[in-house]
Amino acid sequence: MSQLITPDWVKRRTQANADGSPWWARTFRITTIRITAQAFFFGLFVFLLWATWFSRLGGYPASLFLELDPLVGFSTALSTGTVYRWLWRGMFILVPTLILGRVFCNWMCPYGTMHQFTGWLFNIASNRLNIDRNRYRNIYGLKYLMLTVFLVMAAFGSLQIGLLDPICLLVRTFTVAFSPASELAQTNLAEVIRVRLGMDPTPILGGGGGHEQRIFHGAWFVGAMIMGLVGMNLVVPRFFCRVLCPLGAFLGVLSRWSLWRIDRDLTKCTDCNLCLKSCEGASDPQAALRKSECFVCFNCIDDCPEDALAFRLVPPTWSEKLVGDLKKGTATLFGKKVISKIGETVIPAPAVPKRRWFFAGVVGVLSYPFLRLSAAVNKRGFDEKAIRPPGSVAEAEFLERCIKCDQCINVCPTNVLQPSTLAQGGLEGLWTPVMDFSIGFCQLNCTLCSEVCPTGAIQKITLERKLGVAEFQEKGPISVGTAFFDRGRCLPWAMETPCVVCEEVCPVTPKAIGTYDVEITRWDGAKVTLNQPYMRPELCIGCGICEHECPVLDDAAVYVTAIGETRSDERSLLLGTSKKVKS
Amino acid sequence: MSDTDRRAFLRQAGLVAGAAAGAGGLTALLHDPDGERGKPKTEDLILPAGGYAVEASSVLPVLGVATGNDVKKLVRGAITLVGGIERFVKRGDVVVIKPNVAFERAAALGATTNPEVLRALIELVKEAGAKEIRVADNPIESPESCFHRSGLHAAAIDGGAQVYLPAPGNFRNLHTQGATWIERWPFFWAPFAGADKVIGVAPVKDHNLCRASMTTKNWYGLLGGRRNQFHQDIHGIIADLALMMRPTLVVLDGSRVLFRSGPTGGSLADVRQGHQIVASTDSLAADGYGWHELLERRGEALPAYFKKAAARGLGQPDYKQVSIKKEQVG
Repeated sequence: MSQLITPDWVKRRTQANADGSPWWARTFRITTIRITAQAFFFGLFVFLLWATWFSRLGGYPASLFLELDPLVGFSTALSTGTVYRWLWRGMFILVPTLILGRVFCNWMCPYGTMHQFTGWLFNIASNRLNIDRNRYRNIYGLKYLMLTVFLVMAAFGSLQIGLLDPICLLVRTFTVAFSPASELAQTNLAEVIRVRLGMDPTPILGGGGGHEQRIFHGAWFVGAMIMGLVGMNLVVPRFFCRVLCPLGAFLGVLSRWSLWRIDRDLTKCTDCNLCLKSCEGASDPQAALRKSECFVCFNCIDDCPEDALAFRLVPPTWSEKLVGDLKKGTATLFGKKVISKIGETVIPAPAVPKRRWFFAGVVGVLSYPFLRLSAAVNKRGFDEKAIRPPGSVAEAEFLERCIKCDQCINVCPTNVLQPSTLAQGGLEGLWTPVMDFSIGFCQLNCTLCSEVCPTGAIQKITLERKLGVAEFQEKGPISVGTAFFDRGRCLPWAMETPCVVCEEVCPVTPKAIGTYDVEITRWDGAKVTLNQPYMRPELCIGCGICEHECPVLDDAAVYVTAIGETRSDERSLLLGTSKKVKS
Repeated sequence: MSDTDRRAFLRQAGLVAGAAAGAGGLTALLHDPDGERGKPKTEDLILPAGGYAVEASSVLPVLGVATGNDVKKLVRGAITLVGGIERFVKRGDVVVIKPNVAFERAAALGATTNPEVLRALIELVKEAGAKEIRVADNPIESPESCFHRSGLHAAAIDGGAQVYLPAPGNFRNLHTQGATWIERWPFFWAPFAGADKVIGVAPVKDHNLCRASMTTKNWYGLLGGRRNQFHQDIHGIIADLALMMRPTLVVLDGSRVLFRSGPTGGSLADVRQGHQIVASTDSLAADGYGWHELLERRGEALPAYFKKAAARGLGQPDYKQVSIKKEQVG
């Protein structure tokens, strides 16, 4: 009877396993829990990036993943001697790593998840080829050398981990490439709905972002970088994680002391190598486990047909307890016959020769002056358009702190914050935030970038501090630069044409832009009143709305440069500058 | 040639001929000899003939002025004076309300429409049975920040209205017949899709260039594109705005008056309490009243845009020439 009503596929699915365990043990495995955790953390990561916006921020910890990243905490501690604001949260990753190994890499890291998913989706290789691709290679030691270079540089005061740190890299990629691309897609889709389907797109898609399409300097490069790095998974699985990731290297060094690790039962292991089939970290679980490389993904335990692998608390070194000859097949372990021909079960530390560590250290020592001597980041010769957001600490300290994550750029409501290009800031300043007033302007009542900065490169400031009111009356407002007029391009000055948009939009009270009002007889005989604008530099805060709104669009007749910024006495303009509003 | 060879030849030759013919046909279909076909097509948008105005009344006053302290009662009072909200909004209407949200300023600084005024207006429109109320503006500063900081976002959402923020796809070229400068100009079109009525609600502000920004200048916020060119002939532009938008009703929010340092303000010292709300079907008359009675520039000549707009028959700037009804409320 039951045969009639139970379809075959149900019977197949509910059959007990060969080892006698119930059917659901196939589905509810630890790897299933791991995948759930990965999906959760990836979702959380994307959600927090989405929430990093004026109207959505609420009380969300927008920069949580950056703060959890212990490499951010550790390297900024090296460069500044302090642990800023929420960076102690890195302990939440550091401590579990010391106990369980690199669980972060395969349970939490959103970038790792992206690599694993891509690799899985496009993997058409045979088991044999996969086993081969998942063996450890010497090139995987490169990440430790790069980490060494970065940390030595950090100790000197140049923070470069952000170039490759996976969280910084992914936040930057979402900010500069993915999220503007999704805006573009929405705009185009709305146009299709309106034109092709003849429907009102607003009720279907919502009203849109409430801002212009966001655009970014060097978006193409950030986009190309993610496509290249993720694409590498088709050639070498987890290429970035195994070869380049400085955070993975940092956690790899820590995990040599971890209490738990994958352990191989020599009396069960037949050296079949199937455990390598989906080994994410290329950590050689089939032989001596490379603890520093293991991502604790548990795929090897899943794949082992002999049940020879397990995650154990401080397992002993079995090779020391062997009796008999392994090669001749006479070895026993506590009286049980040893099947595997490989006696070693663990290599705890990263497999990097001492001289290479030393070489990397020397590279780090040399890189610091090579980068810091670039004129772009010095007190002389700095780029006049490298205007930092309000609340930024002085340039040298800024470069000790900025991790190029571009969260400030993500939250900026006017799109004025841009990732600095190689040409502008050199390698040291690459992707750090600068303002481009041809794209946006620094909104007077906004301090969002200082709110989300995880490292204090932009110090958290209140609106009162920014505006220099209440208890900050004495200090005056924060100025990020000073505006200048180019009278040769200004309509009222050079072209007998009325304008003064700049004066209208100047947001400070009293206005930093005044006008000389003159009546002239124009070339054609018409009488025209011209309001010719001039600057009152004591009042200018460098917000750049004048430059942004100037109708001389391509090379504005009023423009802001970094001189006069309050964060640095070396870049002050006026004698006795403490930019006080006299009102 | 064997039999199979011939068959293979015919099959392949047929394929090649088909592909060549297909490519040729497609080329002929898409051919663009002078490059004109390939340019993007822009169809102009045209607002309804006669705009959104309701029928003129010979009985009811053109201007309704309510004076008092309770903003909610003032809005209701002023609109009642010109015929009550039922005159303007019918059951099932889709109504666009255009406040001035230009800057990211707290409401008390007077640079934006008083959110309490918007709240009261939305309540009235809802009472009249509007199907949908859309609040829209294209501010100078970041739109979301402006809407939130000014309190106008909360006022709109609390009242059950939808807020329309500008986005790249929300603008289309509007054709305004007879306009001097903006005959074709990008217009914030999304909120106007299917709209029946338009109500402008603007604060009373000093303005550095055009001297006064009230209900007529308020339509500036419906445009996109290169607005920063408008200052080269601001009076001509405002006269064009009056031509472009013929509203159902305008409400001049005189609850606060930004009497200097406009249009941005920024100091409470630049603001005084006006205690008045004006409702009108004639935005020039409302603004004329505002110039004399709220900005208190009695005796000073009206800014040039009044005359330019009036010359087009778009209203009566001399408010003393129109029927006016005043009332002390609450």
